[in-house]
Amino acid sequence: MNHWLVVPVVLPAFAGPLIVLAMRHDLVLQRVFSTAATAAQLLLALWLLLQSMGGEIQVYRLGNWAAPFGIVLMLDRLAALMLVLAGLLGLVIQLYAIGSGWDRRGRHFHSLWQFQLMGINGAFLTGDAFNLFVLFEILLIASYGLMIHAGGELRLRAGVQYVVYNLLGSSLFLAALGTLYAVTGTLNMADMAAKVAMLPAQDTALLRVGAVLLMLVFAVKAALVPLHFWLPATYARAPGPVAALFAIMTKVGIYGIIRFFTLVFPSDDALMRFAADILLPAALVTLIVGQLGVLGARHMGRMTAFAAVGSVGTVMIAVAQFQPQGLAAGIWYLVHSTLATAALFLAVDLIGTRRQGGSLWLRPAPPIVQAGIVAAIYFAAAIAMAGLPPLSGFLGKLAVLQSVRGTDMTALIWAVILITSIFGIVGLTRAGSMVFWRAHESGATPAPHAPDEPQPDEAGFPSAALALTSVGALIAAMAVLTVLAGPMMRFAQDTAAQLSDPQRYIEAVLERQEGVK
Amino acid sequence: MEFLIASAIGSLTAAGVYLALRKRSFAVVLGMTLLTYATNLFLFTTGRLVIDQPPVLRDGVTAYTDPLPQALVLTAIVISFGMTAVVVVMALGSFIEGGDDHIDLPRRDREGPGA
Repeated sequence: MNHWLVVPVVLPAFAGPLIVLAMRHDLVLQRVFSTAATAAQLLLALWLLLQSMGGEIQVYRLGNWAAPFGIVLMLDRLAALMLVLAGLLGLVIQLYAIGSGWDRRGRHFHSLWQFQLMGINGAFLTGDAFNLFVLFEILLIASYGLMIHAGGELRLRAGVQYVVYNLLGSSLFLAALGTLYAVTGTLNMADMAAKVAMLPAQDTALLRVGAVLLMLVFAVKAALVPLHFWLPATYARAPGPVAALFAIMTKVGIYGIIRFFTLVFPSDDALMRFAADILLPAALVTLIVGQLGVLGARHMGRMTAFAAVGSVGTVMIAVAQFQPQGLAAGIWYLVHSTLATAALFLAVDLIGTRRQGGSLWLRPAPPIVQAGIVAAIYFAAAIAMAGLPPLSGFLGKLAVLQSVRGTDMTALIWAVILITSIFGIVGLTRAGSMVFWRAHESGATPAPHAPDEPQPDEAGFPSAALALTSVGALIAAMAVLTVLAGPMMRFAQDTAAQLSDPQRYIEAVLERQEGVK
Repeated sequence: MEFLIASAIGSLTAAGVYLALRKRSFAVVLGMTLLTYATNLFLFTTGRLVIDQPPVLRDGVTAYTDPLPQALVLTAIVISFGMTAVVVVMALGSFIEGGDDHIDLPRRDREGPGA
C-alpha cells in the first residue's frame, strides 16, 4: 500500500492547526510555513501524477480495513490531474495573496487556506460517497471563512447568501446519499457501482431518484443554470485571491458529476440517457447566460464570475456526451478554464488594488500605476478566458467542438459555442478599454504612490513584483499547456479511456484484498 | 410507524423550505435547522425501520437494525450543528455591519456607490 496517497489530505490537516495554534502572532512565519506546505503538496501531486500515468489505479485503505467496510482513497489519472491543478492554483494564488498583502487584511488566512486545500485534495482522492460529503463540508467551511476574509458589509451579506445556499445543497447531498444507500446498501463508490449493475428492475426507480438528486447537488456546486444564482455575488464580493482559488471549487462539482456518472451509474442506460438529456441543455443555457453576463456586467468581479459560469457550461457540453472523446475534451478544457478563470480574477484584482478605494466598477477612473504591465496581464488573461489563440483556450474549444461532431445536436451546439464566444470577447474588450483607455479621458493624473491599499510596514512585505509574477506564472502555465498540447491531449484521452472502463476501478477496490482486516 | 415518520419528514421539510425562502436571516436560519432535522430523520430511515432490535451483528442473530445510518446521522448532526453556528455568526456580522437583517443584497451591490 502506497502511504503517500493519504499525505495530500494529512499534510494540510496538520499544517492548518499548527499555523493557527503556534504561529498566529507571527505573519512572516505563517507565510513561510504555509507556502512550504502548499509547495510540498504540489510536488507530491506531481509525483502522484507521474505514478498514475502508467494507468495503474492505486488504492489506499484507511486503517487497512477491507474495502466495502472501510474508507478507501483512490488515485487514478483524473484524481492525480485534479490534485496537481489544486496544488498549482493553491501555491501560485497564495504567493499572490502574500505579494498583494491580502493575507494580512484579516486573520487566519493561511490556516484557512490549508483547510481549504485539505478539503479539495480529499474530495478528489476519496472513493467513498459519504466521505466525499464530509470532505465537501470541510472545503465549504474553510471557504466560508476565506469568503468573508477582510470583512466589509457587502462581503458579509454575500457570504450569508453563499453559506445558506450551500447548506441547502448539503441537505440535498445527504438526502441523495441516503436514497442511494437505501437502494444499494453501501457507500463505497466502487461497491455501489457493482451493486447498481446487479440491481433488480423494480428497484431502479429509487436509484434514479437518488442519482438525479446527486446530479442536482453537483450542479449547485458547479453553478449550472438554473442553480447558479449563488455564484456571481459570491465571487464578485470575495477577496480577489479567494475568488481565484474558488475557480477550482466549481470544478469540484464537475468532477463529482464525471466521477459518479462514469463509475457508479453507467450500467443503467436509461438513467445515463436521462442525465445527458438534462445536462446538455443545462450546459448550453449555462454558456449563454455566462457569456451574456460578461457582456452585461457593470462590475469587473461580476464580469469574471459570469465568465467562470460560461466556462462551466463549455466543460459540461463536452462532458454531457459521456463518451471518451467528449470526456477528453472536457478534461482538457476543465484544466484550461480553471487556470484562465484564476488568472482573470487575479488580473482584475491587480486593477482593483490600484484603483481608488479598490473599486471594481466599470466606470472611468484616474489612470492606475503600473498601467502598462497590468494591462498586458489583463489582455493575456482575457485572451485565455475568451479562448483565443495563442493560449490554450482555443485548442480546448476546438476539442469540444470536435467531440460533438456527428451528434444530432451538432449545429445547435456549434452555433451556441461560437456565437457566445463573440459575446465574451466583446464584453472583455469593453472592460479593458474602459479601464485602461478611457482612464486618460478623465483628465486626472496617475496617483503618485504605488498600489493603493497594501502599504508595506514592518509586519509584512507586500510586493507588487511578487503579485505580478504569480499572475504571470498562471499565464505561463497556459502557454506551457499550449506548447505541450500533444502530450497533454494524449493524457486527457488516456484519462477518458480509464474513466470509460470502470470495471478496472471496481476490481482495484474490491479484489486483491490480501492482508487486510 | 411508517406514516408517522414519513409525515414528520414531510412537514419538517415543508416548514423548512417555507422559512428558508423568507427574507430575514432569523427565519432562514430556523428554516435550515428544520431542513437538517428532516434530512437527519430521513437518513435514519434509510436502513429501514426496525423496532426493538440490536444495532449489531452477532452469530446466530437474524433480526437486527442497520447501525450504519445511525453513524451517518451522528456525523450529519455534528456537521449541521457546526454549520448553523457559522451561519448565525455571519448573519450577526452582516446585521451589525449593515444595520438590518435582510438576506437580499442592497441596491448598491448591483448599481455601485451613489445609486
